[in-house]
Amino acid sequence: MNNLFIYTLRLADNSLVLAQRLSEWTGHGPFLEEDLALTNVALDTFGTATSLLEYAAQVEGKGRSADDLAYFRNEREFTNVLLVEQTNGDYAKTIIRQSFIDHFNLLLYTELAKSKDETLAGIAQKAIKEVTYHVRHSSAWAIRFGDGTEESHNRAQDAVNELWRFTGELFEMDEVENALSKEGIAVNTSLLKEKWEKQVTDLLTKATLKKPETSFMQTGGRKGMHTEHLGYLLSEMQTVPRMYPNAKW
Amino acid sequence: MSDSQGPLWEVFVQKKAGQPFVHCGSLHAFDKEMALQNARDLYTRRNEGMALWVVPSSAITASSPEDMGSFFEPANDKVYRHPTFYQIPDAIGHM
Repeated sequence: MNNLFIYTLRLADNSLVLAQRLSEWTGHGPFLEEDLALTNVALDTFGTATSLLEYAAQVEGKGRSADDLAYFRNEREFTNVLLVEQTNGDYAKTIIRQSFIDHFNLLLYTELAKSKDETLAGIAQKAIKEVTYHVRHSSAWAIRFGDGTEESHNRAQDAVNELWRFTGELFEMDEVENALSKEGIAVNTSLLKEKWEKQVTDLLTKATLKKPETSFMQTGGRKGMHTEHLGYLLSEMQTVPRMYPNAKW
Repeated sequence: MSDSQGPLWEVFVQKKAGQPFVHCGSLHAFDKEMALQNARDLYTRRNEGMALWVVPSSAITASSPEDMGSFFEPANDKVYRHPTFYQIPDAIGHM
């Protein structure tokens, strides 16, 4: 398989799985306005996923469409990082997960916008403005929860403790990404780690939350080794196209 | 309405620079930043504007229905307040 396809698909899977997770809140948000706000974030993220999947399909050049890639691959073929597939939990957990990812995505897309691959650069360029707003939204909520009541603070801290172990994977590099990074196409995410940690630590401090002491990190998403949550998410997302494979609407 | 959604805010959208901010609706939020973000997500997702104001509804002083007679009716029979008696030269066109 060619490296560009693998890389584009990884980026796509991160967006697609996250967007599907976020869309689970639609109609269930804490109140109407916030329900819409998070649904907007989900829509932006689906938009990025669609562009990336279409490009991946084109790069692969084997006649598979973006929909084929989204709906007719199994769990082990998905290469998203584990963080995005983690369950929504309570709203504090959704927000903490989102603020970790938003800060990462802004750094990632800012670099990817300089990629020598014009399509990836273009997709990143468009995403930067959206993610800039996502950061603002999730950060405001993270501070509100962390620096809120005892209850909201504890829930936010629990979320940080639970999700921290999935953040190391964001900055892993393997032979595929190293090779593409040398060509000026992929982003070397290992170089983003320090900046991300500083931004997130600043956010946690403002929110009166503590960064966990542990340095143990989960990994495996890139190799298709997922937590048990992804299978359920995919079965819900894929059920209609799989029951009616050629349905049009 | 349950107060667990926070106080009410009024939203004003400016369509283009130089145009007035027009009231377009209300929303719930717990603080200024949330009100501004919610306004953006509720009222500007289809390119409705380029600037926003949010104002706590409680900051608005409104006339009451009982005031209607004394406030507005005296203007009814004073047509001379409308500048409709002037002849406008054709060259000026529609004003």
